[in-house]
Amino acid sequence: MSPDTSEHRDLTDRALNTAQALGASYADVRVVRRREESITVKTGKVEGVALGETEGFGVRVLVGGAWGFASSHRLDLAEADRVAGLAVRIAKASATALRRPVVLDDRPPAHGTFATPVEEDPFRIPLESKIADLLEADKRASSVKGIVFTESMYAAQREWKTFAATDGSFTEQTITHIGSAVEANAIKGDEHQRRSYPDAGGGYRAAGYEFIRGLDLANHAERYAEEAVELLTAPQLPPGRRTIILDPSQLYLQIHESCGHPTELDRVFLTEASYAGTSFLTTDKLDAGFRYGSDLITIVADATAPHGMGTFGWDDEGVAAQSVPLIQNGILVGYLSSRETAPRIGRQSGGAMRADGWNRIPLIRMTNVSLMPVPGMSLDDIVADTDDGLYLASNRSWSIDDRRLNFQFATEVAYEIKGGKRGRLYKNPTYTGITYEFWRSCDAVGDASSWVMLGTPNCGKGEPGQVGHVGHGVSGARFQNVQVGVGKW
Amino acid sequence: MVSDGTVTRAAPEEAAAEALGLAEDVLGRAMRVGATEAEVLVTTDDSALTRFANSEIHQNVAESSRTVNLRFVAGKRIAVMSSGRTDVEGIRSLVNRASAVVRTCEELEDWAGLPKPADGPARVPQVAAWSEITAGATPELRAEAVRAVIAAADAAGVNAYGSFATSAEAIAVANSVGIRSSQSRTSSQLITVHMSPDGGNGYAEAAATDASTIDAAALGREAAAKAKASDNAVGLEPGDYPVVLEEYAVVDITDYLGFLGFSALAVQEGRSFYEAGRKVGSDLVSVVDDGGDAAGLPMAFDYEGVRKQRVPLLERGVCQGIVYDSQTAARAGTVSTGHGLPAPNPYGPFPLNSVMAAGTTSREDLVAGLDRGLLVTRFHYTNTVHPKLAIITGMTRDGTFLVEGGKVVGPVRNLRFTQSYLDAIAGVSAVASTRKTLKGFLGSAVVPAVRIDAWTFTGATEH
Repeated sequence: MSPDTSEHRDLTDRALNTAQALGASYADVRVVRRREESITVKTGKVEGVALGETEGFGVRVLVGGAWGFASSHRLDLAEADRVAGLAVRIAKASATALRRPVVLDDRPPAHGTFATPVEEDPFRIPLESKIADLLEADKRASSVKGIVFTESMYAAQREWKTFAATDGSFTEQTITHIGSAVEANAIKGDEHQRRSYPDAGGGYRAAGYEFIRGLDLANHAERYAEEAVELLTAPQLPPGRRTIILDPSQLYLQIHESCGHPTELDRVFLTEASYAGTSFLTTDKLDAGFRYGSDLITIVADATAPHGMGTFGWDDEGVAAQSVPLIQNGILVGYLSSRETAPRIGRQSGGAMRADGWNRIPLIRMTNVSLMPVPGMSLDDIVADTDDGLYLASNRSWSIDDRRLNFQFATEVAYEIKGGKRGRLYKNPTYTGITYEFWRSCDAVGDASSWVMLGTPNCGKGEPGQVGHVGHGVSGARFQNVQVGVGKW
Repeated sequence: MVSDGTVTRAAPEEAAAEALGLAEDVLGRAMRVGATEAEVLVTTDDSALTRFANSEIHQNVAESSRTVNLRFVAGKRIAVMSSGRTDVEGIRSLVNRASAVVRTCEELEDWAGLPKPADGPARVPQVAAWSEITAGATPELRAEAVRAVIAAADAAGVNAYGSFATSAEAIAVANSVGIRSSQSRTSSQLITVHMSPDGGNGYAEAAATDASTIDAAALGREAAAKAKASDNAVGLEPGDYPVVLEEYAVVDITDYLGFLGFSALAVQEGRSFYEAGRKVGSDLVSVVDDGGDAAGLPMAFDYEGVRKQRVPLLERGVCQGIVYDSQTAARAGTVSTGHGLPAPNPYGPFPLNSVMAAGTTSREDLVAGLDRGLLVTRFHYTNTVHPKLAIITGMTRDGTFLVEGGKVVGPVRNLRFTQSYLDAIAGVSAVASTRKTLKGFLGSAVVPAVRIDAWTFTGATEH
């Protein structure tokens, strides 16, 4: 099923040669073919079965220290010439408004192949079998009295990617991601409550269909649906400052928004300012050993982690996958970086440049940004250790300011904790804070027995827009004195 | 001899006809291999974007793409296949795979069939959606505009960050029950954030069919002036304040109301605030969805090929209508208003061309009417907290100012709000007489600035 390598070699050679002949000091080219498959079931009806395929190539060039990029869906040598020529012309236009010529670090040329380990190839499982699995889960959720509508989804994506550069690099990768979810919605009057399994937006991994079987959607669907109905009559979470425990299904997004994004070095250098924003984690804080969180907080960006959607062999600049410490025992120690940005802080690229397909340039993206487990207490132990608090699970909304300081999240559910036991539900829970104050308030992190690899296939960044697949390993954690119950209800 | 990337571009009518020809070819193949109904959507896109930061161009990209989306129907079984491979082998593979896959799909019991030409004229009316200048925009033209933005920043001693995008696309839809729709469109957008060494930020944006109508230097000056004016912002206690929202913030309100409320699917699933005749806004708030309004970014038909109807959503604050695609229309016993998205579409139809009526108040008088309140340039990272109450949270960004006695007295640090957008439009007490064309997350919007009597700020940040 892999593309014809020799055909791509001709095309990559041609594009690189043309770019160099026209004056590029550096060029790289990616040929990408992506296959996607999705199923959507709503309230027992198969609303959508979609299969998609896209392929093309993109050429990125440096001319006079300025970048140019062009791409096309036509895979032929004449088009390789045209696109490489256009990329050079664009770079020359860039050079008319250039103040800091680009300098890349010296990584060794990249060679080799990588493939996501897959036990059951999702594209070889009969479609009707996958539909049947999803329908069964959806029907169990929609059978619960009080459920108004359900939505269940399955999605798989495989990408074949060839990378070549003028330094002789040539790599080929096959990356497979898969996910699924069942969601139950209960509505009464102005109240709309939702519960999702395994979490809002779906459970995703770099894996095969064995991951979907392991989720066992059907046997969880009813319980989650019942909870959605129960939430309709649950009390509104009152405002106050509380001890909160975040379930992995919420904590992964907290890490994503308040650690992953602000440690992207392009944001630190303001090159995403016009769209996603910048970062409060400026490089002076790296030099000063800024205290980002409590001693319990160690966060790494690990592109080698099993099952993570940020796992690969090489990034889209040909930098080998690696594990980069971001926060070590609460102290800022590193960034997600690229060949262009890392030298500006005296380092080598940490290999975090990733592109959303053939028609987008690589940007600094999260790989698998994970909170490392802390020996001592499992997540259940942390609950048992909490006398008075709240347990929040599964994200419902997220928002954070343009420097990643003031955040506010809503979750699908909050459980009251009294005397170390989870009790009654609260509806419409929200919590808010300032990033470093929040992470400094962490006084318990779950151990390895509670640690799971989660992630999102829906991380937006860049102009034109790109959607990234990223992973987050997490075990749950407890935070003190957090403002909850925001707004007027 | 190597190329400099120049493309010989077809005339817009030819590009649309070529796209329709491909759609008809795929449609014919689908019917020949056993489809009982079929729909083919062809989209071709030549687009480019020049991005700048720290007052230099740092990213500069172009793409050429073509996608075929085939909705293959066998009885009540439906499969959708899309492909970027449009050579003969790619098309053959697409059709054959769709034919094989559809037989494994479950029946959709209430499948209503593809939209017929009777749902709208077979030939959709032409709308003014094309600009030769935009379609022919070169890297050099975009760089020239960016240099004008940067020059305005330099003159004010601030730095510029933003992008200038141009695109030309052809869209065609052919289906087996007679729809034949095709159109070429262009669009352009320039946005810029200016950042001052003393902490001030400013913003300006414009979107247009014709890129030459975007005055890059003027946008640069607008953002630079705002950045300087917001230098050395001070903290303000969160709470309820009257506000004047600039157009860049108002587009977020029209987008969210369209997303949460004015979609037929949201209504049918019971998750919308919409009830026909329900009064939700002040008399000053009227919004229509109008794909034919040349003030926006016009679109003649939707992604099912159905002509776009002008749909009043809010008339003097009263819920007036919702938008439909063919499936939601059939479930409601009505016809599509031309707001379908590409199949398969579990999200439902959306208003993609919102137009809010202008008022009679000058921009200056909006602020002059504030005794003590805030002038907000725009919002950042908004998200739904409660869908049926349309409660949204988000931050202010790029220029927030305290107003006292009808005058701006100084910049304040950014604030978080947690606010029902329904309560917000109910509290609109003045609407500006001028409007801007912008791109929101749901498409294009033509919106005025507004004054709102109360806005709930629930938190603050450090800048």
